[in-house]
Amino acid sequence: MKKVHIGSVIFSIAKYVFLIAAAFVAIIPVCVCILTAFKTTEEYNTTSVLDFPQSFGYFENFKIAFEKANMLGGFLRTGIVLIVVLAASIFIGSMLAYVLNRFKFPGNGLIQNLFMFASLIPGIATQVTVYQIMYSLGLINHLYGYMIVLMGTDIISIYIFLQFFENLPVSLDESAIMDGCTYFGVFFKILFPLLKPAIVTSMVLKGVSVYNEYYMSNLYLQVPELRTISTALYTFTGPYGNQYNYICAGVIITIIPILVLFLVFQKQVYGGMAAGAVKG
Amino acid sequence: MNENEAYVRPKKKRSFSEWFKSGDGQRATVIIVFLFIPLLLLLLFTYIPFLKMVQFSFYDMKYIGGKTFVGLKNYIEVFQRSDCFKSLFVSVYYMLGAIVQLALALFFASLMVFGVQGSGVFKAAMFFPYLICGIAVGFIFKFFYARGFVLDSLLQMIGMNIENIPMWLQDQKINNISLAATSVWRYTGQNMILFLGAMMSVDSELYEAASLDGANRWHQFLYIILPSIKSIVVLNIILSISGSLSAFEPPYVITNGTMGTGTYFVIMNRLAHENQKVGLACAMAIVLLVIIILCTIAQKLFFAYAFDDGTDDESKAAVRKRKKAAKVALKAQQGGGSTV
Repeated sequence: MKKVHIGSVIFSIAKYVFLIAAAFVAIIPVCVCILTAFKTTEEYNTTSVLDFPQSFGYFENFKIAFEKANMLGGFLRTGIVLIVVLAASIFIGSMLAYVLNRFKFPGNGLIQNLFMFASLIPGIATQVTVYQIMYSLGLINHLYGYMIVLMGTDIISIYIFLQFFENLPVSLDESAIMDGCTYFGVFFKILFPLLKPAIVTSMVLKGVSVYNEYYMSNLYLQVPELRTISTALYTFTGPYGNQYNYICAGVIITIIPILVLFLVFQKQVYGGMAAGAVKG
Repeated sequence: MNENEAYVRPKKKRSFSEWFKSGDGQRATVIIVFLFIPLLLLLLFTYIPFLKMVQFSFYDMKYIGGKTFVGLKNYIEVFQRSDCFKSLFVSVYYMLGAIVQLALALFFASLMVFGVQGSGVFKAAMFFPYLICGIAVGFIFKFFYARGFVLDSLLQMIGMNIENIPMWLQDQKINNISLAATSVWRYTGQNMILFLGAMMSVDSELYEAASLDGANRWHQFLYIILPSIKSIVVLNIILSISGSLSAFEPPYVITNGTMGTGTYFVIMNRLAHENQKVGLACAMAIVLLVIIILCTIAQKLFFAYAFDDGTDDESKAAVRKRKKAAKVALKAQQGGGSTV
């Protein structure tokens, strides 16, 4: 029989106490929001924020939040932006990484350094002048303009693909070339299907950052009809200033889709995080 | 590939279509086609704006209208204006917050690495804040910190008097701490997942061997786990410096930079888009960029001297044995460490 050390029992108890405490701290701010989102305005004004609502069947706040902030439109546009930007950055990133990793040509090192240096420049810093360029190209207040600028500021997926190509043996390319495959064929038929793990990683990282992106959306999509989900949520600052039962409903609405996706793809999300450690 | 080229090369004069179909031609085509869009985007949204930024920083100008050359006046102003330069000190709060966050993440990751019942639930609960968008986090904490609301009610519940509770967002002594704490709340779980991933890459045989040799958990932590994650921890500490300097969302959403909570970017954003002092904002951006470049050089030097003992490669070798996805994930991590 194994001897049970008193020390390891204490260690175990302490371990769970710390973990439960941390989990509570992590979810309490959100839980209180859920409670508040189900309260009527009168209830909200009279009860303590920690009190439970009379019923969890009161959806009026959600309805108001959904309609007043036009969140449906916000979801729709964020969805379109997500699909287009993710698809584009996967192709852009993988094609660039393929060329930089597989071919030696003058300027290869220079290009890699240019991308590396670009990753040092904080996004918000250059927006002052990017705004001017967007303006002169007529890309402001167009959904496609916003998408293009999001694709253009994507260094993370390029890194992920570059790292991944390092691990794909060159012999794959060589044997395909011997069999009469073109370079395009090598990329699209042989290598691209093998990139799946890297694609998942870049989708997770890029997906989170696009869904949560606020600054550029606010800057380049200024008309209310083009609001994405984060700018739609931001409209609550004005008219509802302190009506937190509406605001909380809005917050919960934006959290639900990403919560569902997270619970379904937990494993991929954690894997993606680990792979993107550099830019975490 | 090289053999292929060598085979084609001896043919002397070829027409364009012949060259195009040959290996060399294809190579050139694929390089040009695949590079065109990424390079165009890079120039358009990074380097042209960057060069313009350098240029504008020497001018007094607005978005629309004329500009006058003022030399270094903008730069001098960055260091003299009380709102610009002082805001760099606000970053110190975020830096300390980042240290706390890394320490907590390391602590919880080490608790989890020894196996925990229901670790999936703990992981998910702690990681989830990372996925909530910055604006939502802002609202959640505006509500959380408001007088008489969530935090105050919780503190009253454990017996504190409301008069003794500070105003979390108005009191200038602590409001930056309150704001930095929201970042800690948001990113601790994510950092924990990173560290846990690195710790898990250690060969499990090492633990078995160690416990056979009578090593207790503390020893296992000290001699097996810590060395395996040394580089990623140091990397994150250094990254947190540039991250703290560019802190933006918490003060922007929660307090809008009022009451002494304006970080560098909040002030820069205000100068650029509200006051239209484009030249000054550009000078601010350049100053910050210089600081970040200096930090990066320091990081490179640090990595070159501090990690010259091969620990990185050892853990890499261990990773290789793992399944492919995990391998790729960690390669990116460690490889990235030496490139960024």
